[in-house]
Amino acid sequence: MSILVGKNTKVITQGITGATGLFHAKGALEYGTQMVGGVTPGKGGTNVDITLENGSVVSLPVFNTVVDAVAKTGATASVIYVPPAFAADSIMEAVDAELDLVICITEGIPVIDMIKVKRYMEGRKTRLIGPNCPGVITPGECKIGIMPGYIHTKGHVGVVSRSGTLTYEAVHQLTTRGIGQSSAVGIGGDPVKGSEFIDILSMFNDDPDTYAVIMIGEIGGSAEEEAAEWVKANMTKPVVGFIGGATAPPGKRMGHAGAIISGGKGTAAEKIATLEKCGIRVSPTPSEMGSTLVGVLEERGMLEKCKTH
Amino acid sequence: MNIHEYQGKQVLKQYGVAVPEGKVAFSVDEAVEAAKSLGTPVVVVKAQIHAGGRGKAGGVKVAKNLDEVREYASQILGKVLVTHQTGPEGKEVKRLLVEQGCDIKKEYYIGLVVDRVTGRIVMMASEEGGTEIEEVAEHSPEKIFKEVIDPAVGLQAFQAKKLAYAINIPNELVNKAAKFMLSLYSAFVDKDCSIAEINPLVVTGDGNVMALDAKLNFDSNALYRHKDILELRDLEEEDEKEIQASKFDLSYIALDGNIGCMVNGAGLAMATMDIIKYYGGDPANFLDVGGGATKEKVTEAFKIILSDEKVKGIFVNIFGGIMKCDIIADGVISAARELGLDRPLVVRLEGTNVELGKKMLNESGLNIVAADSMADGAQKIVALVK
Repeated sequence: MSILVGKNTKVITQGITGATGLFHAKGALEYGTQMVGGVTPGKGGTNVDITLENGSVVSLPVFNTVVDAVAKTGATASVIYVPPAFAADSIMEAVDAELDLVICITEGIPVIDMIKVKRYMEGRKTRLIGPNCPGVITPGECKIGIMPGYIHTKGHVGVVSRSGTLTYEAVHQLTTRGIGQSSAVGIGGDPVKGSEFIDILSMFNDDPDTYAVIMIGEIGGSAEEEAAEWVKANMTKPVVGFIGGATAPPGKRMGHAGAIISGGKGTAAEKIATLEKCGIRVSPTPSEMGSTLVGVLEERGMLEKCKTH
Repeated sequence: MNIHEYQGKQVLKQYGVAVPEGKVAFSVDEAVEAAKSLGTPVVVVKAQIHAGGRGKAGGVKVAKNLDEVREYASQILGKVLVTHQTGPEGKEVKRLLVEQGCDIKKEYYIGLVVDRVTGRIVMMASEEGGTEIEEVAEHSPEKIFKEVIDPAVGLQAFQAKKLAYAINIPNELVNKAAKFMLSLYSAFVDKDCSIAEINPLVVTGDGNVMALDAKLNFDSNALYRHKDILELRDLEEEDEKEIQASKFDLSYIALDGNIGCMVNGAGLAMATMDIIKYYGGDPANFLDVGGGATKEKVTEAFKIILSDEKVKGIFVNIFGGIMKCDIIADGVISAARELGLDRPLVVRLEGTNVELGKKMLNESGLNIVAADSMADGAQKIVALVK
């Protein structure tokens, strides 16, 4: 088990004929993800041939619409690499086609477009991850997104983060300590997004194969505080945290659209205090996320069962 | 992106938001001419900088005649205003807004923001105009009223009126205030604002409801569809290095310290600043070279860091995913050769093609200190700049 994606997930790529879409479709195929096709309006009926490192060629069918692609391939998930001006439309198209899961990698979607997307999604079955995120991976089974697959190992620690590279950092620190991951989820750095920490934490809580979780937040908003309160009230598994941006000046957007301290709210200090208060041990530096988790697992006598290699 | 108050008022006027008549002036003579053409006995001379708190810093004066306009304009133009938002170095005033004075009966606050929790736009209103909303929120939160707006239908008249009644707008002006709010919402959505603050909104003696100040902030992700707004950008209000970085699609923010940072990914870039500080150093900047950086981009990033005279040492921290370590190494080596590396450089590489990247750095003959982890790299650079 794992969350969101696994070996049975069938994936289409929206924007498959673009350079980015193609590059990462290849990466996903190399990893063993079931990529079943792609969507690029105007190129329906054609195929893209992808040559893998081992020399074999995979030919993926391209469709004009997501509905067509789903009907013909039985896809259950889509990943979006279309440019920001068209990405909101692509998300809504995937939602309309009733996919279980849509992962939007695209960075730079206008906030007002995402507000409309969220409204459109109300009452529909699709779960959205992102936008502006690295994607989701279940090690050894399915990789959807732009993360480097080889740093991951199959195991029992869940990772959820607003930042892509900090997710890699955490995963790497776990893997080098012999601790595998159940799934790693990047929820994205935008202020208005498909899934929040609580959504993912709740899935990890329900997943019998996840024994502990690392949650990586950053300045801006109050999602970490809400998640911490939720953890205190509901979570049966240990959670370790890290918050980036302790040194960020107020009023400046730190790269991610959502990483901004406004009106004195959303500071790292506030978030860290709330996490600690709710029983989440916070790593003092980004270099110690792995060791902080190891410390907590040892205290609880869980380290051995989290060791995978 | 920020714009000036006078520009914000021009934008709002297009949507029917009531604002006082006013003109921008770049010189004292222009200010006097502007006051003449406005033709009211009293005008207000206002410093135009991208920061709040101008009034308290002496950047806003009421002039009762043209001599006073001349006097105040010459006082304010060229003056360095230090407010709570400018930082201690302050900002030089290069533009003035000369505006018709009005007979203020009472001041209110109206603001629009994107609420992350609901994923919707929220309109906030308060009777405590003129004060900063953060202060009101802290001391008397019960005086702030909010309406969450459904994006499918937009702000509704009943919501606007609810707010107007809640903040005690005089009965006979409630409809005018509601119209003001509806127009403000249209401008916000139409122009992809991220913040709109009218503080104060005023009710005047002659029965008008208007915006005495206007702070508009735009979603930079949406500027591609607003060429008119993009033209309002005032480069003099921005950091030179930040402008240079934006030309190369690098995300850069200048800070006060002496350790230059080059990192891939916004989260890791922030965390790198944090870890430098944790080990007793001070970061000079935030710099995210992005996921798909080329050798040229890395070189430009390096140039920008080196152009900062405060920088006494550089820490490159890369976790290569899509970004390959050998490309970073190539960029670092070529930039260091081109620019001459006169300051300590610590490089921590991890991820795709890491061995190749490390080998290239080792064989470059450059004085580069290799680090095994973020913590190791941060400690090394902090020690080297001391």
